[in-house]
Amino acid sequence: MSGATNWPAIAMFAAFVAITLAITRWAARRTRTAADFYAAGGGITGFQNGLAIAGDFMSAASFLGISAQIYADGYDGLIYSIGFLVGWPIVLFLIAERLRNLGRYTFADVASFRFAQTPVRCLAAASTLLVVLFYLIAQMVGAGQLIRLLFGLPYPYAVAIVGVMMTLYVLFGGMIATTWVQIVKAVLLLGAASFIAAAVLWRFGFSPEALFARAVEVKTSAALASGASPAEAQAAGRSIMGPGGFIKDPVSAISLGLALMFGTAGLPHILMRFFTVPDAKAARTSVLWATGWIAYFYILTFVIGFGAIVLVATDPSYLEVGGAIRGGGNMAAIHLSHAVGGDLFLGFVSAVAFATILAVVAGLTLSGASAVSHDLYASVFRRGRTDQAAELRVSRATVLVLAAVAIALGIVFEKQNVAFMVSLAFALAASANFPVLIMSLLWRDCTTKGVVAGGSVGLTLALGLTILSPAVWVAVLGNAQAVFPYGSPALFSMPAAFLTIWLVSLLDRSGRAAVDRGGYLAQRIRSETGIGAEKASAH
Amino acid sequence: MAPTESSLTELTDNPRYQRLVRRRGRLGWILTALMLVTYFGFILLVAFAKPLLAQPIAGGATTLGIPLGLGVILVALALTGFYVRRANTEFDPEVAALGREVRP
Repeated sequence: MSGATNWPAIAMFAAFVAITLAITRWAARRTRTAADFYAAGGGITGFQNGLAIAGDFMSAASFLGISAQIYADGYDGLIYSIGFLVGWPIVLFLIAERLRNLGRYTFADVASFRFAQTPVRCLAAASTLLVVLFYLIAQMVGAGQLIRLLFGLPYPYAVAIVGVMMTLYVLFGGMIATTWVQIVKAVLLLGAASFIAAAVLWRFGFSPEALFARAVEVKTSAALASGASPAEAQAAGRSIMGPGGFIKDPVSAISLGLALMFGTAGLPHILMRFFTVPDAKAARTSVLWATGWIAYFYILTFVIGFGAIVLVATDPSYLEVGGAIRGGGNMAAIHLSHAVGGDLFLGFVSAVAFATILAVVAGLTLSGASAVSHDLYASVFRRGRTDQAAELRVSRATVLVLAAVAIALGIVFEKQNVAFMVSLAFALAASANFPVLIMSLLWRDCTTKGVVAGGSVGLTLALGLTILSPAVWVAVLGNAQAVFPYGSPALFSMPAAFLTIWLVSLLDRSGRAAVDRGGYLAQRIRSETGIGAEKASAH
Repeated sequence: MAPTESSLTELTDNPRYQRLVRRRGRLGWILTALMLVTYFGFILLVAFAKPLLAQPIAGGATTLGIPLGLGVILVALALTGFYVRRANTEFDPEVAALGREVRP
């Protein structure tokens, strides 16, 4: 990559954008009702939805962030991957089918099924917007760095371009376009990652052991070159093969583990995907496919990260003076694609990575917009007395606002590792949305007051502790010492949310509580069997 | 069409419904517990036994942590597949039969 502008890469890129815009145009003609806009009319198959879910998960944070983490710390990156994956079985065993049987567009439909609509939907909308924002920031940062690297554009312009493109997809194509862009991108990303991983392994005779050994050598000699003693250098080299400094203490390790595992079950843009399939069986099939693709993808990412240590860290053309990686830490996988496949393949991978970001931010924005238009505007503000056209107008206005906010915050958080930002979104989802969903689905004595109190406690505690944690209090706000010493709040905020829901519900003797408990039976039957559920698809 | 109050009570009294809910619920919780034990077992190793995970296998560069980590991924996949199989072959026909009983 000589010079700031890479023409083959940009040509690939333009082709890709043209294809996805064509999908959006096609989808726009099919988007007539609110069900089309929010849930693709409920007409997506389990296999397609599995790919789309995998696509939502194989975000820029996963692909760029985790491979960057492995590039920097080795084994530690695998801990992230595993945490992101193991939430899926839990979603399947406890949530996916019930969600499909009960809901229409958003997870708030499910959480407020037997409860007072107004307070539960307000809470759900607030937590959805917060989770979506954190997740969005991570994607915007990844996208901004990618565009800057490729086009040589200043970072703020790069972020703005992503914001504008994403707005176009969501405004005109809705969930149909978002889903299809997601599917196309998932297939291409899996193909590209397979190729990179295979190309890396090919150089080592398909022996992972040889790849790991060479990576340790590279890290050892890098440490020697920076002036470490031979013993220190050897330790530094070996350190990439085991858990290291990224999780410093047991509390942080367990807390992050909780957030990653249960966050999956509370991510609004992922839960929303269960409303695009026609029934519970398709919901189940989607999770199986998604889990399979995601597992395969993370194994590839591991190889890619180590490949980057061997092939990128040793090639000065990918490095700044002083050894830092060109374009920022998140670009390890992009440089590796150039190392194994040349300019054209770099263009392809960059285009796929860009499409990844666009598709994910589009899905996120859509779920944020539906929280505002479906949960707040239609259900709370207008109490159901509104027409679909008005609801869609509110939705589209929200998309514009979200895009503006995402661009602004993407610029502010330029230097953050994107995988870390995503883990914050997971902590919020695990602390607010997951306890609310589980308790309202499975516990008869759960009440409106309990859910609202518990969800609010989980949300504010997770948010507050995150702000007080080293990553924000010290790294962003510039204070000397963090008030809350751990990396992730989930170990404290999640049990606090469960406990509050339980305690407040138990003490709740109001008239509404009697209605809430009385509604459990009907909800249970419908969630277990789907009997009484209306079809999501508007045929 | 929303089911009436009486058809709901009928359904909860239906032994078929009760058995379905009980069996599916039990399977879901057992598998959830297995996943939790596997994953948090791994996380506890990360937290408390870093040297064990960093132990090389057969004196090479590959460490014990790598097969263990991949093992967690495979367990997650296997449990998911197992549930879907059971649900497709066992629970779905039951749900369909229940649906026919409620709405003949």
